[in-house]
Amino acid sequence: MLYGTGLTSRLLLGTAQYSSPAILAQAVAASGAEVITVSLRREGSGGAGFRELIAATGCRILPNTAGCHSAQEAITTAQMARELFRTEWIKLEVIGHADTLQPDPFALVEAAKELCADGFKVFPYTTEDLILGEKLIEAGCEVLMPWGAPIGSGQGLRHRDALRAMRAHFKGVPLIIDAGIGAPSQAAEAMEMGFDAVLLNTAVAKARDPVAMACAFGQAVEAGRMAHNAGLMPRRDMAFPSTPIFGMAELA
Amino acid sequence: MMFSVLGAGVAGLCTATALAERGATVEVIDTDPNPTGASWYAGGMLAPFCEGEAASDTVVSRGQAARDWWAKRVPNVLTNGTLVVAPGRDRKEIDRFEKATTGGVRVVPARLEPDLGSRFSEGLFFADEAHLDPRAACQALTVRLRDLGAELLFGGQAAPRGQIIDCRGLAARDLLPDLRAVRGEMLFLETSEIRLSRPVRLLHPRFPCYVVPRGNGRFMVGATMIESDNDGPVTARAMMELLSAAYTLHPAFAEAAVIETGAGLRPSPPDNLPSVLHRGDRIFVTGLYRHGFLMAPSLAEEVATTIFQEGHHAS
Repeated sequence: MLYGTGLTSRLLLGTAQYSSPAILAQAVAASGAEVITVSLRREGSGGAGFRELIAATGCRILPNTAGCHSAQEAITTAQMARELFRTEWIKLEVIGHADTLQPDPFALVEAAKELCADGFKVFPYTTEDLILGEKLIEAGCEVLMPWGAPIGSGQGLRHRDALRAMRAHFKGVPLIIDAGIGAPSQAAEAMEMGFDAVLLNTAVAKARDPVAMACAFGQAVEAGRMAHNAGLMPRRDMAFPSTPIFGMAELA
Repeated sequence: MMFSVLGAGVAGLCTATALAERGATVEVIDTDPNPTGASWYAGGMLAPFCEGEAASDTVVSRGQAARDWWAKRVPNVLTNGTLVVAPGRDRKEIDRFEKATTGGVRVVPARLEPDLGSRFSEGLFFADEAHLDPRAACQALTVRLRDLGAELLFGGQAAPRGQIIDCRGLAARDLLPDLRAVRGEMLFLETSEIRLSRPVRLLHPRFPCYVVPRGNGRFMVGATMIESDNDGPVTARAMMELLSAAYTLHPAFAEAAVIETGAGLRPSPPDNLPSVLHRGDRIFVTGLYRHGFLMAPSLAEEVATTIFQEGHHAS
């Protein structure tokens, strides 16, 4: 449940870097994703042709503020996105450093406060920092999107313990792992850990066969969620025979 | 039979040429007295194998005809191959590029381009690829068309008198609503300090970029790919990105003169695949996207072959 909207798929896809809008549409369909995120920073309002094509996927659009480096820039972009896409959903990205693409936590909270007050439903791209998460919720965010690893790096879940702590700390808050996912196994791992959804782009868009990779991610996210619900066995230090010793055949 | 080719960009000029060479009566109509559509800003790389990194196999296979087609008709088509390099920290991009393409071999970049020195330890070389100067090539085709007896009607509102072949690029959006614009920005640098013999592509996870030597110390640096129909001047960001890529390739580019910047709108269909379409009584050569000089010859020959086969059967 994201801002009162129920979704069946727990995979959200980015729309950048595909070789064509046609491949993008096929990948989205193959993944089963119901929400796709679209950047506005560079295209501005001139990308109507592209926007029509992504609207044709039938997915709910989550516009994003990728590429914004200040709160004000992100706020302006969000307002433009609301006009263009007629949605209050906004994935709030405020980048702190061009090389690491790490979020700027201070500007993020500032922008989140203003956008939430303005009626936006904010999906903040954040780190695994607990206090930052709390400040974002205080600001009015009902969803948090901690990074798995730096954007586009494909490293998977870099700080597992911190993410586990975050999951435990924010019980009941939808948490979406956003960025850094490179392989379906990593997406499955996030879901097994109890995260509510996964958002990714490059791993699918830049795969040699984006459509097949999208399908693989869709299945991995589903498998990971199912495993989480089914209850994963605890890790043990020692072997534990799965076959009981009693009643063993005496072959002598 | 008479043919009216609408649009004097690379698609129109190639199509008119293919028809005129078969003896057809051809007129080429363009509302612009000096046609400078997307073709004017093209890189002019005839690089079917490199394009295969993102483009479909159709572009790779059909694009291979481009080099010889151009070489037969315009001067200075240089088959010096394409060199692909990546900055040290993005070296894995070379592996990815190699897996996504065919026909490239591993090389030490400085062996091919001594000016690159030791900045790049490995690269990929696509020996069969070529490049040309798009503006000179269009000019040469125009001259050739005149020699073949074609009528070139630029800058007016001439009414088409023959079978319409619509090569208007993005302007054909009025009849092909699926077409969208993908903005491309480029710039020209001039320096006597750097010598390159072939297009060099710099792989970077965020913005792939190329430098094409145009001779006389001039280099074309391109090109951004932005989903936008804004045809305004190049943005500061695009310039910074293109210049930083050029600087990464060779620090002496920092001292080069920026002699021109430009932006064009690539006509792009949803699958980004150029094609010939027959809609009603009109034939379209459309959706050239970023493959104009690479794909126009093959599409032009397709149009001419189809028409002349039909004509042959009819007679």
